[in-house]
Amino acid sequence: MAYLEVQNLNKSFGKTEVLKGIDLSVEKGEVLSIIGSSGSGKTTLLRCMNFLEFADSGKMILDGETLIDGDSVKKESENELRKKRLNFGLVFQSFNLFPQYSVLKNLTLAPTLLLKERFKEYKKTEKDGQKRKEWLAAEKKAINDDCLALLDRVGLTEKANSYPCELSGGQSQRVAIARALALKPKILCFDEPTSALDPELTGEVLKVIKGLKNKDTTMIIVTHEMGFAKSVSDKVIFMADGIVEEEGTPKEVFGATKSEKLKAFLSNVTDKEGE
Amino acid sequence: MSFELINSKLLVGFGTTCLLFLLTLVLSLPLGLLIMFGLKCPFKPIKWLCNVFVWAIRGTPLMLQLFVVFYVPSMLFGLRIFSFTSTTVFDGRFIAALITFVINYACYFSVIFRGGVDNISRGQFEAGKVLGMTKSQIFFKVILLQVIKTVIPPVSNEVITLVKDTSLARVISVAEIFFINETEILTKAIVWPLFYIGVFFLLFVGLLTVLFNYIEKKLSYFKA
Repeated sequence: MAYLEVQNLNKSFGKTEVLKGIDLSVEKGEVLSIIGSSGSGKTTLLRCMNFLEFADSGKMILDGETLIDGDSVKKESENELRKKRLNFGLVFQSFNLFPQYSVLKNLTLAPTLLLKERFKEYKKTEKDGQKRKEWLAAEKKAINDDCLALLDRVGLTEKANSYPCELSGGQSQRVAIARALALKPKILCFDEPTSALDPELTGEVLKVIKGLKNKDTTMIIVTHEMGFAKSVSDKVIFMADGIVEEEGTPKEVFGATKSEKLKAFLSNVTDKEGE
Repeated sequence: MSFELINSKLLVGFGTTCLLFLLTLVLSLPLGLLIMFGLKCPFKPIKWLCNVFVWAIRGTPLMLQLFVVFYVPSMLFGLRIFSFTSTTVFDGRFIAALITFVINYACYFSVIFRGGVDNISRGQFEAGKVLGMTKSQIFFKVILLQVIKTVIPPVSNEVITLVKDTSLARVISVAEIFFINETEILTKAIVWPLFYIGVFFLLFVGLLTVLFNYIEKKLSYFKA
């Protein structure tokens, strides 16, 4: 069984069927790109996997753990959902940085809040107040160091104390990527990470995403950047009308296209790029 | 009547006005937040109830509400919740006025807060969710300060109105500045205290304006 396995996932909004039985699998360390025209269900799929939307039926299994089983998610408590969400990181199209916090605080906020929960657990085993204090200080420092290292990885060390309103779109998105990584998710998802950016800023973000690729980082990227999908992916999925119309390696999907819909989509996209 | 005497009487009245104002503000802001949660409650009956309540309070004159809160319990049920005899500042009349003002202003604030929360993009809630935050963490750590920033201008409007609305407490004989002026000074055909009172209010509101400008400036380091 693959690292991440999605089987027959369905999702409707009212009477509109958005996902009609999606199957996909990703191995650890792989990069999966999802392409397709607007309204094909790409974003909904990603949101279902991150539990921002609740699937109606189907299965999702990550690392042997069943996360979605039929419509089970709809009945789950907020706390269970929260734990499941932590398996995934999500980078949004519109960054969604927290405007009132500095760049560094944007990164440290969530890990620090989780630390508070761990501290409660730790307190049960450790009675010595001095040791507790030291433990907490060490953990806080570790979070801070981790986050600074992540900022370095996305090339924004010098912006640590800036506020989101002082950043360009490209910088904001790089911060958002670092923020998602700060929780060490098993799978990092991108929802059209460059669609809200000026064309000259997409490059820096794509470069950062490419730089993340290694054997431990598993990524799912919904994108409209065909060139990028071609070069970064191990696997590409083309979605149309709520189903997986075509899938394979970038070579197969872009080089030996079978589906008529994909052919039409690709010629449309390349036409635009040529304009 | 000498200036000193009038001055001291007015100052006592103004003290009551200030106290009524401050207590109303401190109590109605959190209550407004609570009602706002009711207005946004996914459980329909609560949402409906809160909407009707807000409608009723915003739809009737504050003066009427003062009469109702102060007189109705004793007239209908013979309950003497609010003693009619005045002994201290915190007499029954004052408490009745305070309760009325708190409820009235909480309703106005709740609608302002709801607008503020609705104004925050859905992405902020979702970003909090995917980062594993609980609902209350999202609200208090991510949303609240952004809401505060966006609601400061409308809230400052309400607060300034509240300063002046306190004078309505006069109708149930709370010994605030107008009541004292009317019963003890105006009867003696002394006119200048009216202008004196005007200056009181101008200074008070001026101070609040400075305060709100300061808060706005403090929060201008980010864009919500």
